[in-house]
Parts: sequence; structure tokens; C-alpha cells
Amino acid sequence: MMSEKSFGTSPKRKEDFDLLTGRGRFVDDIVLPGMYAAAFVRSPLAHARIKSIDASAALAMPGVHAVISHHDLPATLRERRLPLFVPHPTLTSRMQHALAKEEVCYVGEPVAVVVADNRYLAEDALHLVEIDYEPLAAVSDCKAGARPDAPRAHADLESNVVSRMLSSVGDIDAAFRETPHVFKEEIFQHRGGAFFMECRGVIASYDAVEGALLVYVSSQGPHRIKRALLDLFDLSDTQIRVVTPDVGGGFGPKGSFYAEYAAIAACAMMLGHPVKWIEDRRENFVATHQERDQYWDVEIAVDAEARIRGLRGVLTHDNGAYTPWGIVLPWISVATVPGPYIVPAYHIELRSVLTNKVMATPVRGAGRPEGVVVMERLMDRIAREFKLDPAEVRRRNFIQPSQMPYNVGVIFRDGKQVVYDSGDYPACQDAALQTIDYDAFRARQAEARLKGRYIGIGIGNAVEGTGLGPYEGAAVKVATNGRITVSTGATPQGQSHKTTLAQIAADQFGVSIDAIRVETGDTSKISQGIGTFAARTAVNAGSSVHLASVKVAAKAKAIAAKLLDVREEDLELRDGYVQLAALPGGPGAASDNARQVRKSLAELAVVAAGMPGFAMQDGAEPGLESTAYFTAPQSTYANGTAVVEVEVDIETGRVTILRLVLAHDCGMLINPMVVEGQVMGGVAHAIGNALFERMLYDDQAQPLSTNFGEYLLPLATDVPRIEIVHQETASPLNPLGIKGAGESGTIPTIAPIIAAVEDALSPFGVRILEAPITPQRIVELLGDAALGRTR
Amino acid sequence: MSDTRNISVVVNGKSYQRTVDTRRTLGDFLRLDLGLTGTHFGCEHGVCGACTVRVDGTAVRSCLMLAVQANGKSVQTVEGMAEGDILTPLQTAFRDRHALQCGFCTPGILMTMAEFLEENPAPSEADVRDALSGNLCRCTGYQNIVDAVLQTADTLRKTRDAA
Repeated sequence: MMSEKSFGTSPKRKEDFDLLTGRGRFVDDIVLPGMYAAAFVRSPLAHARIKSIDASAALAMPGVHAVISHHDLPATLRERRLPLFVPHPTLTSRMQHALAKEEVCYVGEPVAVVVADNRYLAEDALHLVEIDYEPLAAVSDCKAGARPDAPRAHADLESNVVSRMLSSVGDIDAAFRETPHVFKEEIFQHRGGAFFMECRGVIASYDAVEGALLVYVSSQGPHRIKRALLDLFDLSDTQIRVVTPDVGGGFGPKGSFYAEYAAIAACAMMLGHPVKWIEDRRENFVATHQERDQYWDVEIAVDAEARIRGLRGVLTHDNGAYTPWGIVLPWISVATVPGPYIVPAYHIELRSVLTNKVMATPVRGAGRPEGVVVMERLMDRIAREFKLDPAEVRRRNFIQPSQMPYNVGVIFRDGKQVVYDSGDYPACQDAALQTIDYDAFRARQAEARLKGRYIGIGIGNAVEGTGLGPYEGAAVKVATNGRITVSTGATPQGQSHKTTLAQIAADQFGVSIDAIRVETGDTSKISQGIGTFAARTAVNAGSSVHLASVKVAAKAKAIAAKLLDVREEDLELRDGYVQLAALPGGPGAASDNARQVRKSLAELAVVAAGMPGFAMQDGAEPGLESTAYFTAPQSTYANGTAVVEVEVDIETGRVTILRLVLAHDCGMLINPMVVEGQVMGGVAHAIGNALFERMLYDDQAQPLSTNFGEYLLPLATDVPRIEIVHQETASPLNPLGIKGAGESGTIPTIAPIIAAVEDALSPFGVRILEAPITPQRIVELLGDAALGRTR
Repeated sequence: MSDTRNISVVVNGKSYQRTVDTRRTLGDFLRLDLGLTGTHFGCEHGVCGACTVRVDGTAVRSCLMLAVQANGKSVQTVEGMAEGDILTPLQTAFRDRHALQCGFCTPGILMTMAEFLEENPAPSEADVRDALSGNLCRCTGYQNIVDAVLQTADTLRKTRDAA
């Protein structure tokens, strides 16, 4: 029997039983009759012209059914490039073909696809496809690529700089003119890739009689995949169904539409057999989108009290070879820099540069961690210059809760000004500092140094736009047997939607979450969908589930009131029934009387479905169901403070994180256990970004780190116990007061790790203006410092 | 390339005779030939540990072992842990402690930790972290996995003490 409110509690996850017993269903677990396997021939060069392709030897192999390159594709795929969903007036877009036409622009770009009886045979044949390439000069570094005399990332480009965009607030020249306190930094940041444990994968199956294309894909939102397929193949809406089953991690890059998806769909249509392609890890390193390099040349002007007057500079962003997400990623970086601080004047020029590397698109945090690193490095610089405590400098610059809602003035990627809706930034930092006993740290540090140990502390504050529009929908339906189903376009990759969305519905129906079936990631279950990324699902889908459930519950009450001849307001939903509510102050919940006077949801759904030959009562809409598409007027802003204490071994450069506190405010918590899980995972991702993860390329843009031996992810021995402090400021922008949480561990946390390492090494005068900071690099910086080569 | 062998393998207590390509990995044999898709490939170069199964009790990477090498041996996969709907204490602890999110790496971690707990009935947190450091998880930050393993050790100790 269900009596407690589920919202705000931590029930065991609905997802877990299947995943713990091997009954999960990931794309590679799906086997269709007559299914072939595909493998891609990929460019080994970062930039080259394709002179010829000879597939005859591969085609002669037993078990090989086809080798398809650009000129074999259906006409629509030869004529059209992959669609761009987020254009921008400043952007000269470059989209790729499903298979490269005559020029390849990054190592890993798909050139041909081999289809065989199984993957073993397909990979054998792969090596027999002879491609003659004429190498072209490649752009490896984005800053070098922005120079007018640089080689072009595409042979016909006029410039590699495909977008220049200005973000400007206030009178920046006056701000810099009126104060002598100006500090300049050059900051290099590299963010690695997602490296979800399940690589990408897709199965396409084509029914020639129906003209119907069924696609299973490991994605973050099948509706946008379907939309791309509609653009590429001239099929009707109902002829394409895209299904995303269980997904083994997404973190951003599974939200993109990839060339492989179009190519595999074409293979299935051409061959009349289902075709499966599962990315292997080597492919994942070269062909799945990543985040990557940003150079920030910035300066900050502050008054004599260390209060910010203005911030200006240039961001040079490595976009990779094509522009599938336009300038979304660097734009978010630019809009994130001001963070929780008052920045009266702000002026950043964004330069997005094409390079001959795989595309840079959002990875957990989506450019925000970089913006935070920039601001927090500047904060620490101000503290050093003014000989103030870094926490105090931040306090002097915080936006105060009384200033909410606060208009930052920066235009965000939705074309609207960034307006923070709610939050208490000073309190959040104080909570984090108290938890780590910040005030006693300098004594701890001095004591450690006496023992030859180098420990340091760092602070990172961030404000994060969450719950991005436009909407996410939910269809809530009570079947005529009383079963409750919630269908949504949100597409989980580990975020526990099936549990948290069930919790929201359960509260309206007065049932346990076990009584709610949540269906995700299937274009046939709900008409419109966007998908799960940008910490948007709890806000958008959660609100829609709430609104639709409220409607269905009201409808059930209205029907029951008529049947029972009672007033609607005297009824409640509980355990699958609509019944007389217990009297306020009366004993227990439903009284015996209530149990006499009740109707089951099944009975009510039957009435709502109507009977053949009978008119609907009072012209009621048929069905005990409702679909809602919640859309917020703007993003809702979460915030967080990470404080990190590290120890650095000055001999080896190894960094050990001693303590890591994350205080954050993501609005009202649907499920604290799930939120904490999201935070802990996000923090681990930041640790990787701060200390380990780097995709290396040589000067011809040849990737040098293409396995987990060369590219290091954080291990259980690298990630400390994370101390989490929750603050709950209800968002005024949605009915449940929710803000997003999926990236709140990542966004503020790179900056304080870097700061803590620098603080630990302060006796040597080491300055760190880059991320990640690997052991090798730390030893180099110590050597430079010893030789007097500090920056 | 089409070199084949007949092998006889016991998987989760059930005996199988199959003819396999000599180059077929144990993981592919389990997934494709036996339909046991609970074992997942995460890297296919022996680093991530997602494909870990137990061969004669020892945790091994099924991406690096050939099916023919399992001839005459007994293999346990994640499907062989629970009895019907009754989860093992380790599985239960994973559920209690939210030690999985996407669940893709989980089968390999369960296999690795099951062996670890048999050999280390009273591990410290550092022991668990060390044993877990051969498995990659991108979702959880490991903390809840560590707690789940420690909880399991506790549960098993109490069960033993009671017996």
C-alpha cells in the first residue's frame, strides 16, 4: 500500500534488476533474422584527396555481401549532406556526407562500408579495400589554423575560422580605462572525450513491402535521429521508427547524428537485410565526437577593492573537421565565464576554427567547465595580486540572493539573455568551505610542509544553465486493464529516468513506482521528443509527467464522481482506485467507508474508452490519458561550489586528492540517491579532465592516444570519497521546482583541482594555466620554476 | 580463417558442445553462440574489464581469451549469479547502494568483485579500490561500488558468523 509521497525519497531503482542479472538490452544484444554485420573503412590520414577506391579483392571474399562507398549510395545520400540542426548567422557550416565523397578531413572519417555475414569477415575484408589517397596539408592546432597563411582544413575553404561571434555587455573600454588593476592570462584547456563504456552502435532494418525503416541506435534521443533520417531519405513520418534500448553511457556525444547511421540505413535498404554496426574502441577514439582544445587570451580589470569591473579577451576553439553542433559548444563556454560573479562589462570574441580532427561537440558539462576554469584562474590571480584569501575575493564579487532574478546580460545560445532565476551563491561557497574546514587549512598546510609534504587547496564556483528548451513530452495513459504507462522522448543513459519519472507519476496516482511503466527512447511511443542531454530531463520531462499525470488523475476523478454520485473534491487516487478521501484529522488513510465507495482505474478507463454505438458522455475526450509537452520560458540555473585539497609528490608529479567537497543547488531533489550518483560520477569525470585525459595529435593531426593505455580514465584508486552538500532552492520556472543535476559534479570541479595543485606548489612559484595537468607536466613545470622560467 | 575446433564447455552449470572458429573470442562465443548477452565488450583490448567472466573460478577478460581455450572448463557469467529472482548478496548490495547507473560495466565488475570477496572476506576500503582499479566505470565515480562491496563483505561475514 502506497501512502508516502515518492518525490524526495530514494526508492530502489526500477532499472537495476535487469542490469544486474544480464537481462539488460543494449543495441549489440539485439539479433534480427538474416542480419548482416558491417565494418567501416576509415581514413588513415587527417587530410587527403581520394583518388580511387578498389573493392574487388574485398568483394571476392566469401561471406562478403557488399562494399559500399560514396558513389554506390542512394541518390539522396550522394546529393545531401548530414543535416545541421543548430545554424547560426555567423557560422559558415561544413557538414559531412554519409561516406566521404572526394576529400577526407579527419583520421577516422568513414570512406566505405563492408557488409558481411559477421563482423569477423567484415573486418577481414576491410583490409582488402584499396584506397589511393593524395595527402594534403593538415591543420592540427586551432590557433595555428586561425592564421591567414595556414593550410586549409578543407581544400576549398577561404578561412578555417568558420565563426566569429562577439559577446558583449556594458562599456568594456571604460571598465579597463578607469582602473590600474588589470591582469592578463593565457589559458590553454583540453577536454577529452566522453568514453562511455558502451561504444556507439546501430542496427537498421528495412521492410520493402511497407517501405518502413526500423533503426535501433544507442543514442541520447531517437527523435532527432529520426529527423535526420527523414531529411536524408525521402520517407514519410510513419515510415521511420527509431528505437533506443538500454544505453551504456552517453555524456553528450551520443546525442549527435553520425554519418555511420545514415550509411547503415542505406545498406539495409540496398541489401534487403538488417545490418548491424557496433563501434569498436579503436573507432571510438577516432570517430566519436569529443571536446578538445580551447585557447583563452583574457584580461580582467578590478577596482582597488578587488571587485570586477570588466573582463575581455578572445576564445579560440578547436571545432574539428565539420560543424554538426554549429557553435553551440564554445558559445556555452563564453556564456558560462561570468558565473556567480557580478561582471559589469564583458567582451569576448569567439573564434571557432576548423581543424583536421574529429568533431568537437558537447561532452558532460558542454564547454562550461572551461568557462569556469577561466574565471576561477582569474579569481585566484586577483587574490594573489591583492594578497587576499581566494575565498574572500569571491565573496566580494558574488551576486547576492537579494539580486535574483539576475540578468547577466550575455546572450545565450537560445538567443535570450542569461537570467539567473534563483540561488544563494555566497551560502553555497560557505557551506563547502565549512565542510572542508577551510579556515584551518593554512595551518594544516604549514604543518605538512614541515614534514616535506606539499598540500594545497582550491575553490571552484559555477552557475549552470539547466533544463534547456524547447520541451520534452510525456504521454501518460491508463489502459483499460488499469495499467499505467508513461512514455517520453527522454532517453536515459544511466540517469535513472525510469525510476525518477515513475516517482513523479506515482505521487499523482497514489501508487508505488512499481505500478508505473516508463517507456523511453522510441519514436513510436510519443510523437515529439528532444532527448536527454544538458541536464534537461528532470525539468522538462519531469514537469511533463507531472502535468499529464495531474490531468489524467483529474479525469479519473471526474468520471468516478459521476459514477459514485459524489463530489470530485472528496475523492483521492490510491493504490489503483479512485475513492473517498479520508477525512482530515480522521484515523488512518482510507476508511472502510471509502473502500465501499470507490472505482478502480481499470473500470474508469473502460468508461473513458467509450462503448461502440454510444456517444461519449458530455462530449468527453476519449481515453484515460493525456500528453503534455512542458516548455519553460528559459533555462533554470543551478549552481555549485567544489573545494579540493590535494597532495603533490614533487618527485613524480603524482597528485593525490585528499578531500573533495561539492556543495550544490539543483533545486528540489526528486531522488537524493540518484542526484548524489550523478554528482559523484560527474566529479570523477572532472578529475579525469583535470589530471589525466588528453587526446594527443601530432602536427599532421594524426591521433596518438587511441586506446585506454594511452588515454587514461580515472580509476577507483584515483577518485576520492566525495563529500556532497545539498542546497535546495526551488526553481520558480517549473511546477516541481526542479533544476538539472547531471553535470553539476563536473562543471565546477576542474578549476579547483588545478588551483589546489598550484597552491601546493606555491613554494616553488609554479603557475598553472592549463588543463589537464599530468604528472609529467607537473615535473616539467617544477623544473622550469627551478630554472627561473616561471610565467 | 575458417579453422574450427569442437569444444565442450560448462557455462553457468550447463554443458555445451559446439564447433567454433579458432579465432572466436570467449566473449563472442558466450554472446553470439550461447545468446548470453549479459557479458559486454567495452574496449576489446583488455583494459576496461566490462567483459570479465569467471573461468574455473578465476576472473578473466573474455575479449582476450579464445573460446577454444575454454575447452573442458567451467565458465560463470553474470546470468549465472542470481537464482531465479533471488539476487546474490553482492547484486543486492549494488542495488541498495546505487552502485550502477547505465549498468554496462556492471557484469564485469560483479564477476571481478565476486572473486575478490571469496579471496578477501574482510577487505579494507583501500583493498577494494585496488581490486576495482582494473575495471573502468564512467558513470558512478566508483564510490558506491566500493560501498556495495564493503557492505557485501559485511553481510557475508554476518551470515558466516550466524552459521
